[in-house]
Amino acid sequence: MRLLLSSLLATTLLATVGASAQDFRIGLQEDPDVLDPHKSRTFVGRLVYTSLCDKLIDVDAALEFVPRVATDWSWNDDNTQLTFTIRDDMVFHDGEKLDAAAVAANLERARTLPDSLRKSELASVTGVEATDDTTVVLTLAQPDATLLAQLSDRAGMLLSPASFETDVGTNPVCSGPYKFVSRVQNDRIILEKFADHPEADDYHFDRLVFQPIPDSTVRLANLRAGDLDMLERLNPSDAATVRDDAALQFVTVAGLGYQGITINTSGEGKGDNPLGTDKRVRQALQLAIGRDIINEVVGNGLFEPAQQPFPPASPYNSEKFPLVARDVEAAKALLAEAGHERVSFELAFGNNTTASAINELIQAMASEAGFDISLQPTEFAAMQQEMQAGNYQAAQIGWSGRVDPDGNLHGFVTCEGTLNDSNYCNEEVDRLLNEARQTPDTQARIPLYEQAQAILMDELPIIYVYHQPWPFVLSSNVEGFEAYPDGMLRLKGVSLAD
Amino acid sequence: MLKIIARRVLVAIPTLVLVTLIVFGLQKILPGDPLLTLAGEERDPQVLAYLREKYRLDDPFHMQYLAWLGNVLTGDFGNSLRTGVPVSTLIAQKLPVTLQLAVMAIIMAMLIGIPAGIISAVRKGTTTDYAANAVALSGMSIPNFWLGIILIMVVSVQWRLLPASGYVPLTENPIQSLRTMLMPSFVLATALAAYLMRHTRSAMLGVLTSDYIRTARAKGLLPKTVILKHALRNALMPIVTLSTLLFGELLAGAVLTEQVFTIPGFGKLIVDAVFTRDYAVVQGVVLCTAVGFIFMNLVADVLYILINPRLRHPQ
Repeated sequence: MRLLLSSLLATTLLATVGASAQDFRIGLQEDPDVLDPHKSRTFVGRLVYTSLCDKLIDVDAALEFVPRVATDWSWNDDNTQLTFTIRDDMVFHDGEKLDAAAVAANLERARTLPDSLRKSELASVTGVEATDDTTVVLTLAQPDATLLAQLSDRAGMLLSPASFETDVGTNPVCSGPYKFVSRVQNDRIILEKFADHPEADDYHFDRLVFQPIPDSTVRLANLRAGDLDMLERLNPSDAATVRDDAALQFVTVAGLGYQGITINTSGEGKGDNPLGTDKRVRQALQLAIGRDIINEVVGNGLFEPAQQPFPPASPYNSEKFPLVARDVEAAKALLAEAGHERVSFELAFGNNTTASAINELIQAMASEAGFDISLQPTEFAAMQQEMQAGNYQAAQIGWSGRVDPDGNLHGFVTCEGTLNDSNYCNEEVDRLLNEARQTPDTQARIPLYEQAQAILMDELPIIYVYHQPWPFVLSSNVEGFEAYPDGMLRLKGVSLAD
Repeated sequence: MLKIIARRVLVAIPTLVLVTLIVFGLQKILPGDPLLTLAGEERDPQVLAYLREKYRLDDPFHMQYLAWLGNVLTGDFGNSLRTGVPVSTLIAQKLPVTLQLAVMAIIMAMLIGIPAGIISAVRKGTTTDYAANAVALSGMSIPNFWLGIILIMVVSVQWRLLPASGYVPLTENPIQSLRTMLMPSFVLATALAAYLMRHTRSAMLGVLTSDYIRTARAKGLLPKTVILKHALRNALMPIVTLSTLLFGELLAGAVLTEQVFTIPGFGKLIVDAVFTRDYAVVQGVVLCTAVGFIFMNLVADVLYILINPRLRHPQ
């Protein structure tokens, strides 16, 4: 009898524990910026959106587009109209119906709000119309191959139109599996399960707590102490100890972005130096750098060497451009051909431990081939400004990456590109990349990028060094987590074991 | 007394204006464009131009400053460039955190530092004195961030006694709140306790050799009474001033400690704001801490007068 009673009591206790609110605590590297998908800028903010705001479509691990709010989409014959079919079983967190009109209102807001950062992403769209409750038609000025990728990210995220007039950035009302509860800047963002989401049964946590903890060591210590359930962006130097720890799971994936060396090729001002003006010197620099060595020494095997701007998972990452291996003699020969015995230049980088280690290694390797690099660790904001002003010779900087190849290349190397800090300009590259932009068919698009890359690999305004990884660490009782190349936290099906 | 306070408050106003002017100027000198930083990877020239105008970033320096000052006088500290949250809200969110940390740290520092200073003065030249001095020296020399990380590793990760970092408001869960703040305030207290110990010791040493103490001892008073009632009261004056000033400094936020323990206080707020060139936040927080610091100075003066009756009626 006593046994029966105690086991009954134990079961009740366990059951209560199981039924009580279950939090999932995630350690972020930074504090997100404003939580309005049409105005926000940071990568880290997108980590929160994945649970908070649904979007029209999503990408899978192979970077293919998959349905989300839109169940289906199709192009017209000349690729100037894109039609979406919207699911009819969804509501926003405020109870408003999510229908085609709401989708159209969001797209309209994203492309017309004065400080919308999605405006340039949706520049090709000239009109949005909800033709019935479940159909939205986008009219384009010209074919735009990048549009689906944009709509699979923040440009395709949906807010409740009823909330447009409120302060969206501090109280976002979306339709995702979790709804916004509260935020204390620099401390935490709390989301709560949204029971009316059509996939609510696949989301197993009652609350999500996002905690920005910038110091990687402290973030890991919090996970080890049981104060977090998972963290993103582990410092590569901690990878070995995490792999050996049975209480932790280590999940990593090569991201969509890259780290590389951007070179000022303007030929004017600070760009007027052998590295900036002579492609042979840049080719020699590439030959002097061992990308595999950087991966081994600093990356602990996480820094997958990069030759191209496109992620390894992308169909546009071409076999035609294999990794250039380190060859000191060939580098010396190229420098001699260009008429130099030694070339010196300044290399700026955003000052942090990993970047310092990488750039010191680059300095040492390049020195053997005849480069005298003076390293300039710079505070990131200051470096950004110097680069945009063309007041630098070379800079080691990265790009977080986009799903569509256009996002990783066009803005950086086209003559008028907004991110073209190299001041690189080649009409043929412009022509190829602009054409690729308007070619939705992947097979027709691949050769365009290959041709552009052939020129860029020769002229090297940017030397790609490695693909940024997304290393996640989870407590061993987390089940079902999978990492995606876009680095997002998709929590569908993820649960905590008892 | 009231007159003294009133005069001090008046003198504080130009100081505050000067502080905000200097901070405003320094931010403008800092390399880095707030909008480029804000835009990050999303550099849409149209949007940048719109925001530049909205936040008046192209106005001449004095216009920007006067506009800011005018808004502050009407109670509007502006909004954070990065998150859109009003600066006054941010200050209201962070002030209790920083206050709690500062109060806990200063109490701990006084509880450790003052008794240690008294004991080491009374037992001058003994092993106890040397040991206390050695501990104080290490308290001053050990960097806060190092001690913080070691404490997290040992107390939270190894022993699992206290939460590794973060912050729980006192109103939400007082016990958990004190537990999370225990390590960070201890880390802050170590250095402060060392200062307090050194100052208490030297003040006590000075007092203990004075004539009236000898007289008190000659009267046959208990050593405890002599030390605590006669000597300490006089020695306490510089200590009170020092503690108040140290507390004023703590209000500015403990940058490294807050960073290590991820405490969302002033220190972390201001560092993040500087890195993202969030001008309005930097200005607002600096103004707030300057007011706090000046206020603590005033408190120090008043306390000084209260403890020392000789100052009550200045000639």
